[in-house]
Amino acid sequence: MADKTAYERVKAARRPDKITTAELVHGLTTSFFEQHGDRLEADDPAIIGGIGLLNDKPITVVGIQKGADTDENIARHFGSPTPEGYRKALRIMKQAEKFHRPILALVNTPGAWPDVDSEYHGQGSAVAQNIIQGMQLKVPYITIIVGEGGSGGALALSCGDRVFMFEDSIYSVLSPEGYASIMWKDSSKVKEAAEELKLTPEALLEDGIIDKIIHEYEPGDDLSNLRSFLDQEFSELAELPIDELVDRRNQRYRNF
Amino acid sequence: MLRSRFNMPSHEELVKRMDAIPDHILRECPICHSTFFSLRAGTSKTCPNCGYGFRITAKRRAKITFDSFEEIDKQMTVPEQYKDEKYLAKVKKAKKVTGINESVLTGIGTLDKQQVGVGIMDPFFVMGSLGSATGEKITRMFEEATRKKLPVIMFTASGGARMQEGIHSLMQMAKVSGAVEAHSQAGLFYAVVLCDPTTGGVTASFAMQGDVILAEPHALVGFAGRRVIEQTIMQKPPKDFQSAETVMEHGFIDAIVPRKEMKQTLKQLISLHTKEQGYGR
Ligand SMILES: [Zn+2]
Repeated sequence: MADKTAYERVKAARRPDKITTAELVHGLTTSFFEQHGDRLEADDPAIIGGIGLLNDKPITVVGIQKGADTDENIARHFGSPTPEGYRKALRIMKQAEKFHRPILALVNTPGAWPDVDSEYHGQGSAVAQNIIQGMQLKVPYITIIVGEGGSGGALALSCGDRVFMFEDSIYSVLSPEGYASIMWKDSSKVKEAAEELKLTPEALLEDGIIDKIIHEYEPGDDLSNLRSFLDQEFSELAELPIDELVDRRNQRYRNF
Repeated sequence: MLRSRFNMPSHEELVKRMDAIPDHILRECPICHSTFFSLRAGTSKTCPNCGYGFRITAKRRAKITFDSFEEIDKQMTVPEQYKDEKYLAKVKKAKKVTGINESVLTGIGTLDKQQVGVGIMDPFFVMGSLGSATGEKITRMFEEATRKKLPVIMFTASGGARMQEGIHSLMQMAKVSGAVEAHSQAGLFYAVVLCDPTTGGVTASFAMQGDVILAEPHALVGFAGRRVIEQTIMQKPPKDFQSAETVMEHGFIDAIVPRKEMKQTLKQLISLHTKEQGYGR
């Protein structure tokens, strides 16, 4: 809701009872086949990806999934992908390109997983590859930011033709806590930080960072409106010649 | 050949146990060591306790997996240049046990009326090793699938390269890989099912080149055999280091599918990749 303060929006984006990426995948598609592994060294459970049918047409879905409880959250690193997770997402997206399937990316992450192993395994490089290769994918590519859109870890799956946000979601260069700490050396100034970051869907829409605000869906809600909307968006994008699709996508970011 | 099953009975012993024995005989699962009456393994020949799929002949697998199956290159076998008597005796015995003339059965199968190129390796044919004719059959099957614009499903089960055919066996890895890539460049779908055991040169080529890679539960999947590792670098590998489950954790398998659900999963994947209707092309 637009009358929430920025900080209230941050809390709403992080609420644990939000609809999950997995629920969206299974609500939007039929015949979903989940794919695993980066074909290099691991299978990061923070990333879910696979093939499903959207209105009976094949699409590829990649998403960042938070855990429903503590155990699951530990396994999924609280929805913060490792480099292996980003590489898993990219290999699934490249496969979508081979089979001319458009890509739906669902983002809900505080950011890429910040630990020592992730550094050793090239977290920066993995995100960089997702960005540069993602921008060149020869298929329509749509992102929905479902909850948190934390920094580069979110951008890694948000370099497509359209970026949409749920009402209760945020997207920013870093967390309000991080911003307060870096800017004012005072992490208690989170509310002020949230305001300054302009991380609400309304602010981002006005700035042209995103294309549309999607009304919030709760767990168990009927998703047929969202399904029809995505079907229409993918159909429109699929009508463009591939070169023009990729040109327009790159232009989209050239403008900032 | 890289033989590396943990506590696994010999190849000959397994063959004997497989089809010949009557249903009321007790058998033991090599994975979970539970014992049960043979009958309970059912037509899919799986352990009722842990879901392990016993090694089965290629012919049986074709029968339980596809709605119909038509074999191609049926007569192709070991080239005449190989004259070693011990080797030829082994091949002769293998033909009798498996009912096929090389370690892979190839053909065109159907799943829900969709035609697919099919290759099924037979673990009872000289350990499913990759001979020259094995590679040739798989290559021709891929070429046929590319011509007919068909997806391919490949079941792997192999001890690796066939030592008796030397460097020519090794070259099959490259030859088949070329055909896999041509099939892929044509935009066609290739699914692999890793069966027990998939090792050596087969793992290091077409087993790991699928768009989607499935495995049967607890199948052994690896490159170097346990003994090779132990004897070469004196390292003792963990018990399950080459189980499909471990390999999946390390990022190389999309899904582990019990044999009873395999047909349904393959139908789903083939359907997802052969839909007439789609966004764009
Ligand atoms: Zn068992």
